[in-house]
Amino acid sequence: MSANTALAEKYRNNFLKEIEEQVEMGDWVKMCMQCGVCSGSCPTNFQSAWEHPPQELFMMIRAGKREEVLTSTSMWNCTSCYNCIVRCPRKLPITHIMHGIAEYAHRIGMAPKMQATRFFSGLFWKNATKTGRVNELKLSMGLYFKDGFAQGVKNGMAMQSVALGLVKAGRLNVMELFGGHKCKDQKGIQAMLKKAYEIERNRKAAKMAG
Amino acid sequence: MTEHVATNETILVVGGGISGMTAALEAAETGKNVVLVEKNPALGGRTSQLYRYFPKLCHPTCGLEINLRRLKNNPRVRVLTLAEVTGIEGRTGNYTASVKIKPRYVNENCTACGDCERAVEMKVDDPFNYNLGQHKAAFLPSAMAYPQRYVLDPAIIGSADADKAKAACKYGAIDLDMQEETIQVKAGAVVWATGWQPYDAKKIQPYGYGRFKNVITSVEFERLADIHGPTGGKILRPGDGKEAKNIAFIQCAGSRDENHLRHCSRICCMASLKQTHYVREKYPEDGKSTIYYIDIRAIDRFEDFYQKVQADPSVSFIKSKVAKITEDEHGNPVCWGVNTEGYKRYTTPHDLVVLAVGMEPSVKGINIPGHIVADSSGFIEADPTNGAVFGAGCASNALDVNRAVQSATAAALRAIQVVNRVAKAEA
Repeated sequence: MSANTALAEKYRNNFLKEIEEQVEMGDWVKMCMQCGVCSGSCPTNFQSAWEHPPQELFMMIRAGKREEVLTSTSMWNCTSCYNCIVRCPRKLPITHIMHGIAEYAHRIGMAPKMQATRFFSGLFWKNATKTGRVNELKLSMGLYFKDGFAQGVKNGMAMQSVALGLVKAGRLNVMELFGGHKCKDQKGIQAMLKKAYEIERNRKAAKMAG
Repeated sequence: MTEHVATNETILVVGGGISGMTAALEAAETGKNVVLVEKNPALGGRTSQLYRYFPKLCHPTCGLEINLRRLKNNPRVRVLTLAEVTGIEGRTGNYTASVKIKPRYVNENCTACGDCERAVEMKVDDPFNYNLGQHKAAFLPSAMAYPQRYVLDPAIIGSADADKAKAACKYGAIDLDMQEETIQVKAGAVVWATGWQPYDAKKIQPYGYGRFKNVITSVEFERLADIHGPTGGKILRPGDGKEAKNIAFIQCAGSRDENHLRHCSRICCMASLKQTHYVREKYPEDGKSTIYYIDIRAIDRFEDFYQKVQADPSVSFIKSKVAKITEDEHGNPVCWGVNTEGYKRYTTPHDLVVLAVGMEPSVKGINIPGHIVADSSGFIEADPTNGAVFGAGCASNALDVNRAVQSATAAALRAIQVVNRVAKAEA
């Protein structure tokens, strides 16, 4: 190791190394030159929705702010529009890194539990994998009652006219609340998912082993 | 201009900008014979199109005049204008270049009196002013053009205007029958000094150059400030001719960007810092400059120049690469982005946006006749396999005038060494 790389190594703190090893595309984080074009191109107004725009998150990673980054709600607000990737002068795959950080925070249990995107993703996954079909009524009900029963009723009342319209148009079946439609081959679906989990586990284990 | 016969002890210099002129003169003043080939009708290149240059803010006419004086006094340099090298064959010490010479339609009798210009009606785009204005089809390329001779635009040939120009000339200088010709030039060494071109700003789609009239490039801004330019030295915006007092400068427009030019063009930060002086000079009361930057790279010893501009209350700096530009109902360009110092969003209208466009080598390595080694941006590398073809000035790197002159002098020395070896072998 030359004197220069030794010096550079000093600044590659443990958290940056952790991100590089654990997060999909995480090894790109060090390439950011803090120009801010990703934040400026982001269609979500992060000053209310995003606590930290992408280039700030990258800087926080390099500053070793592990707790703040991994518990942040920011990367969960990415809408995958890919504007940032298109414009980044260093060609960082910013959208993928955002999802990578979010996934890692979730994997190690640090992601904010009740963050709406994260909560909905979990809900959707459970809903879809249970029967092989998405039950839209149960999915939206689940989301309405995310913050407790009283809030759920309030949310339901607010959306009442929309729901009635959907029922009238035949787009929403109230009977879905009791069981609902499902795939024919239930066993097949579960076996397929089991196999997929196994492949994913092996892939991650192999990556950890280097 | 003495006509000497080119031999393999001659040095061929391709490009007659500040680098080419320097290389040619340095070689000629050591006693070498030089052929200097320039594509345009006059020497001086992009340096002559600047209003002032940094750091002393003097006019380039001054530096060019010194070189032109040296040139006029030196019989060893043969200048070919409107000439382009189309092919080079041979090897170190023995090259033959094909040079295509376009007709000027004006011979050596021209005294630059301007009678032909007054006689003709037809107007054509003026490339000296980056096509911001038009000039007559019989024209002097610029106020201090060398050779100081008129040119007829090919568009005029065959029209009644051409005959008017011929009739107006008292000196029999207009020759409408001139034809394009290709000549062979022998040389022992070649200095390739074809310079640079501004990066095509249309390719930076979010900035709207070409869609919004009040988004211009830094080289165009030089012409707006110049008294010989299309506005007579007033900073008027192209959209509606209004005075532009609140001006945004956007750095790294194309440079340091893997989607455009991957290199740092080196001069643009200094150029924008310099151009804030133009704004203050033209509008001392209420001129306002805003520089949007990733980081300011005041190269070499120019940090003090940067510090002086920083101390100027009419100039503000915003650390941000602008994400996009839109246009409001008054034709004002609006900059959108995030100030990375504090991560605050901005949406700021300006009278005029100047894109500090990057430097692209004029002739990318691959386009040079014959094999040449160039870097990933197309700048000529100093590589032994290039033989005695040496890059100089901005053909070899993104350089300011000062460094281009140094680079050209170095290239001249390498060329001199080659022809000296040839002379020794032949003695």
